[in-house]
Amino acid sequence: MAQARAVPQSEEITGFSILALIAGWLVPGAGHFIQKRWIRGTLLAISVLAMFVLGLMMNGKVYDAHPGDLLDMLGIVGDIGSGILYIVAAVGSLGHSAIQMASADYGTKFIIVAGLMNIVAAVDAHHIALGKKK
Amino acid sequence: MQLSHFTAVLVFAFFVSIVFGITQKDNTKDMIRYGAFCFALFAGGTIAASWLMWFIRH
Repeated sequence: MAQARAVPQSEEITGFSILALIAGWLVPGAGHFIQKRWIRGTLLAISVLAMFVLGLMMNGKVYDAHPGDLLDMLGIVGDIGSGILYIVAAVGSLGHSAIQMASADYGTKFIIVAGLMNIVAAVDAHHIALGKKK
Repeated sequence: MQLSHFTAVLVFAFFVSIVFGITQKDNTKDMIRYGAFCFALFAGGTIAASWLMWFIRH
């Protein structure tokens, strides 16, 4: 007869786990840094920052807070995931508003994916703080 | 800055694979292995799709 599987216990959400989530979102890698995961945090920060900067250098579009259509709203969701990088880019009017060549379209996707990767990294930091992950 | 299509894919795959490797696995060895696997899938998938489109076109 098959043995009963151990049911994972639900981890309690703490203030520190929320802090890790928010810090990781605002500053790429910070969620790992505050838990002394220096190497992981550095690699995540470099990856997100590199994707974001490369996107800007390729004349990618940074979506503004006043979307024209539904697809623009999805772009904003991705961009905002970059946290402070998006705020700096939006305030400094970095990036192009209109895509005029293929590499600029790649750049736009790089910027969006940088934000999405940062969200994944922030959730990972949250899970580490909860004890769900080593 | 203008990257070629394939260079853009490689750069994209490199950084995304790092993030996937770190966030989806628990220990260092598995992280490296999974990151390399993701990179190979991104790059290999692109090459395979490129050849597929070439055959469709010709």
